Amino acid sequence: MINASLTQLASALAAKQISSVELTQLFLDRITQHNPSLNAIVSTQPERTLAEARAADARIAAGEAGPLTGIPLAHKDIFCAEGWASTCGSKMLADFVAPYDAHIVTRLKQAGMVTLGRCNMDEFAMGSSNETSHFGAVRNPWNTQCVPGGSSGGSAAAVAARLTPAATGTDTGGSIRQPAALCGLTGIKPTYGVVSRYGMIAYASSLDQGGPMAKSAEDCAMMLNAMAGFDERDSTSLQRPAEDYCAQLQQPLKGLRVGLPKEFFAEGMDADVRACVDTALAQLRELGATTVEVSLPNSGLSVPAYYVIAPAEASSNLSRFDGVRYGYRAPEYSDLNDLYCKSRAQGFGAEVKRRILMGTYVLSHGYYDAYYLKAQKIRRLIARDFANAFEQCDVIAGPTSPSVAFALGEKSADPVQMYLSDIYTISTNLAGLPGMSVPCGFSPSGLPVGLQLIGPWFAEARLLQCGHQYQLATDWHTRQPEAFAG
Amino acid sequence: MSRADWEVVIGIETHAQLKTASKIFSGASTAFGAEPNTQACAVDVALPGVLPVLNKEAVAHAIRFGLAVGAEVAPRSVFARKNYFYPDLPKGYQISQFELPVVSGGGLTIVTSAGSKNVRLTRAHLEEDAGKSIHELDNSLALSHGRSGIDLNRAGTPLLEIVSEPDMRSAEEAVAYAKALHALVTWIDICDGNMQEGSFRCDANVSVRRKGESKLGTRREIKNLNSFRFLQQAIEYEIDWQIEQIEDGHAIVQATVLFDPDSGETRMMRSKEDAHDYRYFPDPDLLPLVIDADWIGKVKADMPELPAAMQQRFQSDWGLSEYDAVTLTASLDTARYFIDAGNLSKGEYKAAANWINGEIAALLNKRQININDPEVPSPEELAMVISRIKDGTISNAGAKKLFQALCDKRRLELESFAKQLTTASVQQIIDDMISASDLRQMNDSGALEAIIDEVLANNAKSVEEFRSGKDKAFNALVGQIMKASKGKANPQQVNDLLRAKLSS
Repeated sequence: MINASLTQLASALAAKQISSVELTQLFLDRITQHNPSLNAIVSTQPERTLAEARAADARIAAGEAGPLTGIPLAHKDIFCAEGWASTCGSKMLADFVAPYDAHIVTRLKQAGMVTLGRCNMDEFAMGSSNETSHFGAVRNPWNTQCVPGGSSGGSAAAVAARLTPAATGTDTGGSIRQPAALCGLTGIKPTYGVVSRYGMIAYASSLDQGGPMAKSAEDCAMMLNAMAGFDERDSTSLQRPAEDYCAQLQQPLKGLRVGLPKEFFAEGMDADVRACVDTALAQLRELGATTVEVSLPNSGLSVPAYYVIAPAEASSNLSRFDGVRYGYRAPEYSDLNDLYCKSRAQGFGAEVKRRILMGTYVLSHGYYDAYYLKAQKIRRLIARDFANAFEQCDVIAGPTSPSVAFALGEKSADPVQMYLSDIYTISTNLAGLPGMSVPCGFSPSGLPVGLQLIGPWFAEARLLQCGHQYQLATDWHTRQPEAFAG
Repeated sequence: MSRADWEVVIGIETHAQLKTASKIFSGASTAFGAEPNTQACAVDVALPGVLPVLNKEAVAHAIRFGLAVGAEVAPRSVFARKNYFYPDLPKGYQISQFELPVVSGGGLTIVTSAGSKNVRLTRAHLEEDAGKSIHELDNSLALSHGRSGIDLNRAGTPLLEIVSEPDMRSAEEAVAYAKALHALVTWIDICDGNMQEGSFRCDANVSVRRKGESKLGTRREIKNLNSFRFLQQAIEYEIDWQIEQIEDGHAIVQATVLFDPDSGETRMMRSKEDAHDYRYFPDPDLLPLVIDADWIGKVKADMPELPAAMQQRFQSDWGLSEYDAVTLTASLDTARYFIDAGNLSKGEYKAAANWINGEIAALLNKRQININDPEVPSPEELAMVISRIKDGTISNAGAKKLFQALCDKRRLELESFAKQLTTASVQQIIDDMISASDLRQMNDSGALEAIIDEVLANNAKSVEEFRSGKDKAFNALVGQIMKASKGKANPQQVNDLLRAKLSS
């Protein structure tokens, strides 16, 4: 049951082979058993969870179940959920219990999914290793000495260790795709504006996008069906006709043109990763796809542009955490300014402070044009590169991450090295495009490798189709870390 | 040197609170006076994860203003974040417009003792208001000494910040501008204009330079002036202070100052060196504001006749002076009262104007009420009074007494919660009051001739003077006759009879 796909779980629930309460209890027990060695889940409320499961069972019994009703999931701790501590991995919000539900929390609740708990994450989604969390680092189930990736590291580790069938994540520069790759999962970042950001604690508003993390493309498609859609409370949410992301899954890949950006394959990719990606591309060709070299000439500028735009927005977004209305307040202070300084100095971790300082700097008088405006120009160039490339291909493929999971602590002293682990994912966010990572093999050391697929705007269904067709022909996505089997 | 050697340069920034049911970026109510923090929703409190959604009504108001001042309404404008920390600013930034405002240019005509002039507008942009910090003891917030309270009811209230060019040259002009702007925003119904509640507040940028100097002096900004009187006092004080400083050999340092109404002085709040770097950047949570011709057209179709157009019409159609036209369009209520009274008196617009600018203005001033107050005789009543002057029933002096009686009656009725009266009964009451107050003009020529004869007999000297060619003596005789009739004689009739008698 713990390895079952969402479709299989739905069938089992519909056939009354198992109840939602039993299924939920199974995963709650697994969290109790395995989470201490992973630190993937930061909070559970078994009574609340089981009450939701009972309600789901009632819906199933009444014949009112949808395809996800009764299936448990875990939410990244960035999504506000009524009655749950919604901490964003920060001391600043360690005691913040949200009084309202984020849009996607509402949507998944309406679909009947049962909330198992909250997933650990890099503080305010700032990190690529899940080591910046106030609640401690998350460990990779494939090797607990390694990081799971970040910032949705808790979500990735929890699904990989089968502590939950699926989880939500958010992706600002690769935070769904990179941990999915490092933990052997499938994760998709939709087109900017497809999933409402309402209730998702903001890191960099123009880049943030929520999405599903699960074992397979098919599972992600089912989740995305529930998560996507217009929300009038988010002005950047897009008003489009509802789309069934499962509709295209069964179509073969014959004739699909896969673009391979020469810049992604030039250098910087570890040999282990390269070998797996090359094999995966061969597999896609075997499935009827053709590959063509394309160019994204400005992709080398994506990391620097990102580290201007994202911190700029973050420096402003995080101003609300001032110790005045909610969140952490320093126990002692002499005046208002001291209250601000101490609350923020004590409430934020080092990486968050670094990005607030960078962001404040690039927006400052006299630097704005040189940094922020220039980065925005680069952003437009990057989007144009992709548009040009998509004239020659239907999807772009490449590695998700330049390396497999690295050791805990290996990069935490060198922020630039850490930032470069998102070198293949960041440009997608800058251009607002959908991107997905699917498992495509293992390094000799037994760590998963992810294949990244990038599509034009609104090509989620095509990406999921590619992922699903690939997964019909391969079994990388069914592998699970032995230490957490059974 | 004296003040006459100096030129004063003033520009004004005004924050007009827009009349909308809900806030500019949230669904919370904008009503004034509620218990602290009862009108602040998750968005206003800036809980984690919440997002702003623009209120279209606030945009429509901005368009309306743009059209009213002949400005350009931007087809695309951008909301930006103005970043600074303050406890009553929940997000740590204010959403405002910076590089691309919704309204650019335009102008406003002001009238002062020196005549009329145009004040150019730089821009008008949409933004959200902050909350309020409450420092005094307030039981409702359980505040104790040394603690401050925050009320976020006002946070997110829509504001239109209207920036003028530095076109004003005196406190009088500044006040005239503020009044004209106040009249306009209330006229087009985008702002309730309530200055006590802070719905309309001005910041004045003041500098001085020696006459003939082309370079502007260093300015100081006087913040948050919420009455015309304070605006006047603050600017007068600031002008004197700046001139004195310069004459004493001190340079003016750019600064933001506050006006203390108790001392009548301005005092420094912060100098330019302490000025914030607001780190403006486009708000990524909001799309650029796009306004198409259709939207502008809809707002235009809804626009009332503007004061400037009305002033033109009053002068050209009804022969009013510019002064009368300007004062009668000081508010839409005044203009409507005037038009109604003029129409009901069958075209006695000039008379209606005189009454409104005379007796009614005095009444409003004395009682500190506005023209819609139930204490003020209705346009219908005024029209009837005017008609009775016109048809010779009463004299002007009598009409004034009648008007006063009407006011007294209204107050009496108001005090006794009198029931509504019909047109016929109003006419009856007025005629009854004319009789009751013995106001009826003496139209009986027999009785009048007797009075005239008596006056002529007692003023032989004036009669002599008139006959020797002094026209003034005629007026003196009319005055004596009117006096003898206790003001009840019909002046035209007196004129005619007197002239006939003297020439016989």
